[in-house]
This record gives sequence, structure tokens and C-alpha cells, in this order.
Amino acid sequence: MTAASPVRWTREDLLGIAELSPGEIELILDTAESFREVGLRPIKKVPTMRGKTVVNLFFESSTRTRSSFEIAEKRLSADSLNFSASGSSLTKGESLVDTALNLQAMAPDLIVIRHAHPGAPHLLAEKLKAGVINAGDGAHEHPTQALLDAYTIRRHKGRLAGLKVAIVGDIEHSRVVRSNIHLLTKMGARVTVAGPRTMMPLGIERLGVEVAYSLDEAVRGADVIMMLRIQLERQGRMAFPSIREYFELFGLTSARLAGAAEDVIIMHPGPMNRGVEIASEVADGPYSVILEQVTHGVSVRMAVLYLLSGVHEETA
Amino acid sequence: MAAAAEQEDEKDRRGDRGAGRGAGAPTPSLLIAGGRLIDPSQGLDGAYDLLIEDGRVAEVIARGGRGGQGERGGHEQGGSKRGEQSERGERGERGERKRGERGGGPARLDAAGLVVAPGLIDMHVHLREPGQEYKETVATGTMAAAAGGFTAVACMANTDPVNDNRSVTEHILAEARRHGYARVHPIGAVSKQLLGEELAEIGEMVRAGAVAVSDDGKPVMNAELMRRALLFAQHFDVPVIQHAEDLHLSGKGVMHEGEWSTRLGLAGIPGSAEDVMVARDLLLLEDTGGRYHVAHLSTARSLEMVRQARRRGLPATCEVTPHHLVLTDEEVARTVFSTQCKMKPPLRDERDRQALIAGLADGTVDAIASDHAPHHADEKDVEFDLAPFGILGLETTLALCLDRLVRPGVVSLSRLVELLSTGPARVLGLAGGTLRPGSAADVTLFDPEGEVTIAAASFFSRSRNTPFDGWTLRGRPAATLVGGRRVELPRR
Repeated sequence: MTAASPVRWTREDLLGIAELSPGEIELILDTAESFREVGLRPIKKVPTMRGKTVVNLFFESSTRTRSSFEIAEKRLSADSLNFSASGSSLTKGESLVDTALNLQAMAPDLIVIRHAHPGAPHLLAEKLKAGVINAGDGAHEHPTQALLDAYTIRRHKGRLAGLKVAIVGDIEHSRVVRSNIHLLTKMGARVTVAGPRTMMPLGIERLGVEVAYSLDEAVRGADVIMMLRIQLERQGRMAFPSIREYFELFGLTSARLAGAAEDVIIMHPGPMNRGVEIASEVADGPYSVILEQVTHGVSVRMAVLYLLSGVHEETA
Repeated sequence: MAAAAEQEDEKDRRGDRGAGRGAGAPTPSLLIAGGRLIDPSQGLDGAYDLLIEDGRVAEVIARGGRGGQGERGGHEQGGSKRGEQSERGERGERGERKRGERGGGPARLDAAGLVVAPGLIDMHVHLREPGQEYKETVATGTMAAAAGGFTAVACMANTDPVNDNRSVTEHILAEARRHGYARVHPIGAVSKQLLGEELAEIGEMVRAGAVAVSDDGKPVMNAELMRRALLFAQHFDVPVIQHAEDLHLSGKGVMHEGEWSTRLGLAGIPGSAEDVMVARDLLLLEDTGGRYHVAHLSTARSLEMVRQARRRGLPATCEVTPHHLVLTDEEVARTVFSTQCKMKPPLRDERDRQALIAGLADGTVDAIASDHAPHHADEKDVEFDLAPFGILGLETTLALCLDRLVRPGVVSLSRLVELLSTGPARVLGLAGGTLRPGSAADVTLFDPEGEVTIAAASFFSRSRNTPFDGWTLRGRPAATLVGGRRVELPRR
């Protein structure tokens, strides 16, 4: 089913977008396209990963990403095990490496990890035989989110190259923005990031993006607007004086959409804080594709699981 | 000269510390022959032999039979007790020369192909004893020092208990006398318990043998306390060494703030966290006088401020580490979050690194110090955010400096010896850093061309935390002598 793509998948892990080639990104998106149809069937299941074991290792709370991976695993007939920080020996002082080695002893094929600290998936990948999928590591990367965003954009716009994408909000603490910047710039889109100066990490322009400090400037002519949640829980200190002040500066309302392209789409990785970064009229409005992103997340994660599990090699 | 007299005094006060194993037996005479002797304190760099008697330098003897001043370092030194004997020597055939009173002449140490230098001094190490002996001890730390070519170390006060009183200072020195492979110079705390609130008993610690004060590991955040420390330490003529870091600015940062922290999503420590402290302290110093030393200086701006302060005549000095001279923040990405690249101050960017290198060359930097900071492998084998700050340095510093600074021509061999020996001795007011006749015969021999591959697994240190494991470098230590006695290390 990947015959159309000239690129062969050879990686054992998906740790980030930074190291992927445009060909690999396209391969994942094309593979996701072929899995989309499974979700439309009355019996949403294929036997592709029968006999494969996937461990979902979530050290940080997550609803969307975790459910999405779980559904993807079930649709592929993989056996999956869920493991979260609260119910684990982590609360008893075990190190990440020891936890991982114990899981390794049970011979899983893939480990999906969400962790608050950047590099945690890389530490696991170095220690373990199992393939590792990064489901978000601190403010570093969230590759499957960027892939599902790209998939969603592609379905609406038919392409990524040449689009103007504005990403607005808490740039400093966002792993979504980093993965999206890598992906979109590799695929030829023009990316502008915008947010308060106190949430703009040093040297972000070196990643190949433009930086705007006003919402109107970022929105002007945008084909895609991605709003980011203000990660209040990650801030040791408040980067802005009040939510009201933030909304005044960077909250997306219908009125402020005026400068965008006529067929603009509004995206949000969730969870969304209505009235903080986005008004309900926009989140629920005609341009919003926010819930579609969630739907596509399952297809994209099926594609990633499928490619990393090596079954495409075994059946080749 | 006043300086020379002061050095003699220092010797009496601070001469006997550590490397005491085997002390008591008479030290046999020794001729270190055939080497290239480099002693910046006497302006010597050339073909000289070194005669050692009774644990002290007896004579520096020029080879090759050329006459003239300066070829014999010995006879110009009025204060030398050995001067008279030196006069009797004949240049050129030291090996055959009989020394009547010894009967049989000195033993000979062949230094052909080696550099013979005043013993190297690492003025910034953490020996972890007392309290964290699972990371390092005085014994293992000084073994690492000797293996790395160092004859003396100055150890920081952040032990457990803290070295904030004379009993801890005395304990460290007693351990050094019993188990030391190099001289140990304790640095006392500035504040009790390193809390930054009350001054520690600086005078008591100095009388017990402390050579400086520092809360290293932590900054002295309170400006008023810093001012008081700069004033009070002058009674004992010791420098106040600052770990310059504004804790509000460094916050939860784990690496240098810049492009790479942004790419990796790691919290950044801005260069300004160091700069504002150095700026503040230099302003205080202008009012107080005294001696102020910046530990592990890491930014271009801090260096420039020290340079300007010195031009204004302020008594400010600074050290830099080999890792800040060799690596940049990009290394964290290149090694994919290796916790061996996590230390404070963090690896800075290339502009800072180049500025530090320029500071070596133009004399602004007084010393290269390793900030040898042992941590157990288990503590480092965790997520980057959770790992402790710090890496080893004693067993890699000399090779790194020879390979990365001398070979590309950034500094001369003589300047390197100054940075690793004469410089730190001057900053701390130690007797070492010289091969002047009469001084204790602390000598380092090293091979500037010998290839070495860093192997953390065979370090003498009890810890293994180095980013340089597996690096192949040219330049390696060959031997150390402390008090005229060659330091013999146990088999690895």
C-alpha cells in the first residue's frame, strides 16, 4: 500500500520531526490516507498488527493523545498495555531507565511514551530494543501531532508547499510548535510564529520562521491559523499579567480573522481554553477544523504504528 | 624582592599539605635530565635539567654549554639555600657529576621528549569528602589529579558537612596527609552552611589551612553579604571566589539559553545570569578592595568586564574551564541530550567560546581550572532535566588543553603552563607554580605529542561523568613529583 511512495521506511523509532526527510513525512501521510478508510467501516479493525505488543507509557496526563494511540492500536489488532505514572512504581522512586528495562523484559514491540522532560524518549530508545514513539516530551517535540496537523491541512488545501501558516500563543512551552515548524518548513510552507515577547524563545527565527509580536500581523493572509494553549502549569512565573490582558493581545476572535485568507482554516491541538487564546465563536465556527484533527489523529497514528512495527517489511 | 619574600612566608605557612604518604624518609636527590623545561615564573623555556635535593629545587641547569645569564636559573636567586652548591656544578655533564656529600650522585629521571614544568595546580575541584564518598574521596580525587598531571588541587567547600569551620578544614587536610597523591588546599565557605546568610569563620579556616573562601555550587546572592565577605577576607589575605549566577535569572534552566535550548525545548540559563553577578561584584569590589576571583567564567561579557576592571586597577581575577573552551551548547543536541553535557555554568555558544579563547591569549584569564565535579553514574543516567550539574576534569584537562589550545596555536606551551600552574598559584597565594631554586620540588612532566584516548572506565576518579570519553587527543601527562618525590599510582 506504500508502493506509490519512493521512500522506504527504515527507522525503528519516531522521536521527532527534526530528523525526518520530506520523503519520510510524505510516506507517513500517504500511509495514513490508506488507513483512514478503516475508520469508516462498520467493523473498524484490520489484522495488521496481530501478535504485536504496544506499551503506552504516559508519564504525563493526556486524554486526546493517549486515547488516539489506544484506538489506533486496537484498530490494528495490536495487544496494548497502558501504563501511567500514578499507577506505577515511578511513585515508588524507580528511575525511568529501570522502569523501561522492566518493561523491556516483557518484550514489547513498541513503546509509546509521553513525558514531561525533553529527551526522555531518546533515553529510552538508546536503552531498549523495542521501537519508541515520542508522544510528546516536554517542550521538545510531539511528532504525531505535527503529522496529524499536516494531514488535516493537506486534506483541506491539497498541499503544504507555499501555504502561509500562523502559529500563535505560548511558543516557548510548546512541543507542538517545534514539531510543526520542522514539518511545515521541510514541506515548503511559510511559517510565522506569534505571541507575547515573554513567551518567545531565544533564537526561534533560526528554525526558519518569521516572528510576529502582533496577532493581526500574524493572521494577515494566513491560509492556516494554529492556536496554542497557554500552558499555565509549565510556567514557573506568569509571562503576562492577566488572562484578560492576554486575550486582548492574542485571543482569536471573529473580528480578528478579517485579514486572513478567505478559506482560512483554524486549528488547535487541544486542550483548548475558551476565552483565553480562542473565542468560542471561532472554535465552533465555520473555519474550525479542530475536531477533524482529532479524527485524523487516529489514522496518522495507525500509520506510524504500522511503519514502526516492521510488519510492512515482514509481509513484503 | 617583596614578592619573593612573601612567597617564602607562604611556603612556611602552606607548604606541608597532602601527598604525605611515605613522608618521613629522606628524599633522595634526583636529576630530571634531557627535557624541555618551561617555567613562566622565571621566564625559562628551553633545554634545562632540574636538580632536586631534599625535596626542593636545587638548581636549574642549562644544557648545551652556551654561556650567559638566565641559562642557569639557580644562581640568581639570593634567597636560595642551594645557591652555594649550585655554584659548584658544571654545566653540560650533570649525569656524571659526583656530589660528594651524597656519595654516588643523584638518581636520574630521563625526560627526553618531555616538558618539565612546575607542578600543575587545579584551583577548582570537588573532592566530595566528607559526606559524598560514593562520588569521590580525597584519595581517589588526588589519584585522579596525579594521573592528570596535577601536583596540587584546591577543593571546594560544598561537602557534607560543609567546610565552613576549622574542624572540617583540618579533617580534609588530615585525609590528604594520610591518603593524598597530590597537595590539597581546602577552600572554606563564605557563609555558614552555604546559606548565604551569615559569614563563616574565615579566619579560623585560614589558620587551619584554607587558601580562599567560596560558596561554589551556589552564588553569594545577597549583595550585602558579598560586600562583607570582600571586606572581612582581607584580614586574612585570601580571595573570595564567586560562582557567579543570578538564581532568579537561571531559574529552572538546565542549559545555555539560545538556539539550541529552543530547539531542544530545554529551559535556558541566559548568559546574563552570570553577567549581572560579575557586574555587581566588580562594583562592590571597587568600594571594598580585597581580592575577587570569578570561578568558571563562561561568557564574553563577563570576561570583558573583568578585563575592564583590571585596566582600572581592580584586584579581580578569573578562571575558565577546559569544557567551556572546547565545547558549545550545540553539544547537547549533537549528543542527543547527554547528561554529560550538563553543568553550571552551562556550555555557552561559539561567540562566548571564542571570547574565552581570546582571554587566554591576551592575559585576561588567570587560570584554567577544571571544576572537577564527580557524580555517580546512576545520578547521571536519568532524564536531562533531572541529572545533577557537573562533569569530571582532572584526568582530561591537560590532554584537552594540549590538543585543543596548544596544537592549533591558540596559546604557547609556556602560556599553558602559566594558566595551569603559575597563574593559579598567584591567584591563591600558594608557594607553588615555580621551579625557582629553594622552592618545593613539585614538578609535572608531560609529553606534548603523545597520543591518548580518553577512557572513563579506567579513570582513577571514583566517578565516570565526562563528555570526553573516547576522544583521542595528542598530549598526555607523564609523571608528577610532589616535594621531590615521584608520585606512584596504584595499578588501574
